[in-house]
Amino acid sequence: MNGGAWQAIRAVAWRDILVAMRGRADVLTTVIFFAIVVSLFPLGVGADPGILQTIGPGVVWVAALLASMLALGRLFAGDFEDGTLEQLVLAGEPLAMLVLAKVTAHWLATGLPLVILSPLLGVQFGLTGDALWVMMWSLAIGTPVLSLLGAIGAALTLGVRGAGALTALLVLPLYVPVLIFGAGAVSAAAQNMQISAHLSLLGAMMFTAVALAPWAIASAVRIALE
Amino acid sequence: MVPVFAVLAVVLGIAGLYVGFFVAPTDFQQGESYRIIFIHVPAAWMSMFIYMVMAFWAGVGLTFNTRLSSMMARALAPTGALMTFLALWTGALWGKPTWGTWWVWDARLTSELILLFLYIGYMSLAAAIDDVRRADKAAAVFALVGVVNVPIIYYSVQWWNTLHQGASVSLTRAPSMAQSMLLGMLLMALAFWMYSIAVSLMRVRAIIMERERASAWAQELA
Repeated sequence: MNGGAWQAIRAVAWRDILVAMRGRADVLTTVIFFAIVVSLFPLGVGADPGILQTIGPGVVWVAALLASMLALGRLFAGDFEDGTLEQLVLAGEPLAMLVLAKVTAHWLATGLPLVILSPLLGVQFGLTGDALWVMMWSLAIGTPVLSLLGAIGAALTLGVRGAGALTALLVLPLYVPVLIFGAGAVSAAAQNMQISAHLSLLGAMMFTAVALAPWAIASAVRIALE
Repeated sequence: MVPVFAVLAVVLGIAGLYVGFFVAPTDFQQGESYRIIFIHVPAAWMSMFIYMVMAFWAGVGLTFNTRLSSMMARALAPTGALMTFLALWTGALWGKPTWGTWWVWDARLTSELILLFLYIGYMSLAAAIDDVRRADKAAAVFALVGVVNVPIIYYSVQWWNTLHQGASVSLTRAPSMAQSMLLGMLLMALAFWMYSIAVSLMRVRAIIMERERASAWAQELA
């Protein structure tokens, strides 16, 4: 890869971060959605501390998963409508790298806030100490996978009728392994059990996704623009 | 070729059911209820195998831009979804008398359920896009991404200690069941193969006619 490609990647990422910063309301919606969904559960299942502690890890993870899915609509749709995406495809730099830059920026704007907010929500469920740290770590490793897999779904449904629901249908089954090991790590930590296996598998998923998903996203974007 | 496979499917199916119900002995542990194995196992095999074939044709269609392979992938999806559903359904019927529950959240059941969702996702994505060529390609990318799930289902009983029993039949060692049970299962598996081939070929024929309805040869046939 030459210097020009790096410059293009940085420019794309920086532009997307700027766009996210300028439209703060969009980013906040995702975060607040996350917080509200998590807060609904104690109201729904009752405030028994024992139950809350057991379901806490799963609830926070499922809510993070839904929140990151909710944010997918904005990943490519705006650029698809105003033609920016077409320019990226025509740019001559490797498209897989450019979409990776876009996904990274998208994760910084929507995934990272979830990671930072999660301990606070964990406290609502009576999780303490180590479990909160593990929750942050597992989300920090897991949410990039969600963004990458989600980007495939978002790119495939560009300009399609009822794209939102369809994206959910495509992406949620693919999210399942991340959810299992992510929530599994937190539950294990809450019961003072080994967590390294869960986190290692999550890490393996992240590296695999970083290596392979950009190619799938790039070909999906090309198909959408044909 | 469709009638050949259809006839074979019926003949093998009847033979398989006969062996399954009248020849195979009653199981020592599970009694008569094990007999659903003759539908459950072939359906589960086909559900995974059809996905692999579908993903293969989708990949061929994507790389070489051949229209027929994409149509083949589209034609396989509903049959695969049906097989997955059958495997889950018969599994539930089998689980109730032997495990005492319709459903457990164990690795193999969950991953088979995800397989069903993948089939449904594939079909709805293909159906949602109006331009058929774009639909073919977009669905193909999704099918290829979903391939990851198949080995997970297949090895789930080895990787995790689950309630689902391990494989009873394998190529490398002697099967852990009576000869006549094995015979019934293999006959049923062959019947399911023939059925899947017949139905998919019929469906692909319909898809070809639908897409080529403007061409001269299609109008002559119609």
